[in-house]
Amino acid sequence: MTDLSLKMLHRFYEQLWQIRFFEGHVQRLAASGEVPGFPHLSTGQEAVAVGVCANLTEGDMLFSGHRAHGHVLAKGSDPYATFCEVIGRQDGLCQGRGGSMHLVDVSTGMLGATGVVAGNLSLAAGAAWAAQVANKEKIAVVFFGDGATGSGVFHETLNLAGLWQLPLLFVCENNGMAEFTGREEHSDVAKVSAFAAPYGISAQTIDGNDVLVVNAAARSAIQGIRAGSGPYLLECMTYRMAGHYVGDAQHYRSKEEMATMKEKDPIERLRLHLLAKGDSAEELEAIMQRVKAEMTAVVDRARKAAHPDPATVMDYVYSADFPGREENAKWN
Amino acid sequence: MELTFIDIIRRALDEEMDRDAAIYLLGEDVAAGGAFGVTKGLVDKHGTNRVKNTPISEAAITGMATGAALCGLRPVLEIMFIDFATLAMDCLVNQAAKYRYMSGGQLSVPMVVRTQVGAAGGAAAQHSQSLESWFIHVPGLIVVAPSSPVEAYGLLKSAIRLSDPVLFIEHKRLYAMKEDLPEGAGPLPIGQARVARAGKDVTIIVYSAMVRTALAAADNLAKEGISCEVIDLRTLVPLDIETLLKSVTKTRRVVIAHEAVEVGGVGAEIAARLGSLAFEELDAPIVRVGCPFAPIPFAPELEKALLPGSREIEKAVRELIA
Repeated sequence: MTDLSLKMLHRFYEQLWQIRFFEGHVQRLAASGEVPGFPHLSTGQEAVAVGVCANLTEGDMLFSGHRAHGHVLAKGSDPYATFCEVIGRQDGLCQGRGGSMHLVDVSTGMLGATGVVAGNLSLAAGAAWAAQVANKEKIAVVFFGDGATGSGVFHETLNLAGLWQLPLLFVCENNGMAEFTGREEHSDVAKVSAFAAPYGISAQTIDGNDVLVVNAAARSAIQGIRAGSGPYLLECMTYRMAGHYVGDAQHYRSKEEMATMKEKDPIERLRLHLLAKGDSAEELEAIMQRVKAEMTAVVDRARKAAHPDPATVMDYVYSADFPGREENAKWN
Repeated sequence: MELTFIDIIRRALDEEMDRDAAIYLLGEDVAAGGAFGVTKGLVDKHGTNRVKNTPISEAAITGMATGAALCGLRPVLEIMFIDFATLAMDCLVNQAAKYRYMSGGQLSVPMVVRTQVGAAGGAAAQHSQSLESWFIHVPGLIVVAPSSPVEAYGLLKSAIRLSDPVLFIEHKRLYAMKEDLPEGAGPLPIGQARVARAGKDVTIIVYSAMVRTALAAADNLAKEGISCEVIDLRTLVPLDIETLLKSVTKTRRVVIAHEAVEVGGVGAEIAARLGSLAFEELDAPIVRVGCPFAPIPFAPELEKALLPGSREIEKAVRELIA
């Protein structure tokens, strides 16, 4: 593993906390009814988002699933605009039209999360195809959970990506849970990476809770893709510390399982690593406190942001060149 | 020179590909010409990069076309039969149609999905359906259903130039129809219905292959002294309600005919809208002609028994006049 600069490691530490605090606020405000809909938290899985996105440029095109807050933030979106979107405000990334499951930020290359499991895999392949025909060094990346592997379109997309040698990185966040049931009830194929070889795709299964491991594996995979070696599937073993959605009572988890959570926590693991490298506990505590205060300020500001104007509800159904635009606006 | 529907679609694609390097064709066997030969030869001129054969993976290829459209390409995807669009519904309905809205206008999906409908020659229940009404129900999609080769030429050109996803519906019984492509023919407006035949007693509202059938019915009815106005919708979304209202105000009687199953069809939507917007103008209830509530059968005599044709339209008109 390449030795990363201390600056880089601190950046990772900040980003992990940024996502953790962001989602902590989502969870808190969801409980009090301030977050509409079904927000899904990635608490415990943040290392995958941070480690992969550290190796992407602004031009690279990112797609994700319903558990996307971390990916969006790690790709560089403004936390304020992201939080505004999650609570449905006009200043949100999508002006309150998308919400937690449909985050899009063209300015950072975050081209879309989806609420349909496996729904964006093929879109990412299309983006990769567009990059391929434009002969650009850009790549597409798609995050998905192990639950997506039960979908037919996952296999269709792997087949096409391999066949067309698309510049596409598949990142599976294998948290062992598909919604409310364990992977063993979904498939006899233990490793998601095992699906890659038959389609001629390179793959690896790694510890997704160690941001350094993720970063190194993603870097190597992405370098290969940029060099023209075709798609890659990176399976990151991780652990969903939260329920499937906010409010999930998680009756399917034992007390023993809940007790081992801290050992798996990617933030704690990076903290121990940094301590071993000579950082002081106080220094790391100060970083955490700073990120915490910043995120609190962001959330306070977002909660005061304007709600979308109901009169604009028909905006964006069609593009400006749609001939039926005026007629369509009359429906409201 | 007379050209078939197939030749004319090919010509429109070819010319649009010449005009705009962002247009890419993809679909099952398209480089080989496709199941009906529509794209035959285009690969020789435009290359395998721009005319791409795909595996039989409707879900993934529709997603790929959508993703590519988000990133600057203008894909024209062929779904061989609309019956197979069922496999691509997640992408069409949940992704492509809603991308612009969900992203707050940041992205759009300039994609055309060419597909093919209709019953002919014993293609049976899974290769004969007319499922267009499913798509008019989805905000964000545009639905175009041309009635002749020349119409298809102009409407396809316009569809390709729009910024939103278009379902372009071709009817297999029109594929062999021949017409002269007029000198200087170009794009036709999307969202404007066409008065295919002017008349004063009854308005017959149709689209796709049913336009030809309605014109034949109107010829027969004229011999009985009944004057029919035939309106070709051309596009189902957007729907040109103004042209329909104008005609209804004149004739005061309406028949809506389509090959699709009558229940829940396009005709139901149009009847409801005319009923609420033009109730005072109507002298009689709006009548729908469509397929009975049954799958398309295989045996030719059964297929013929089920499909609505000129006879059914004429019967509906006579009953309205009586």
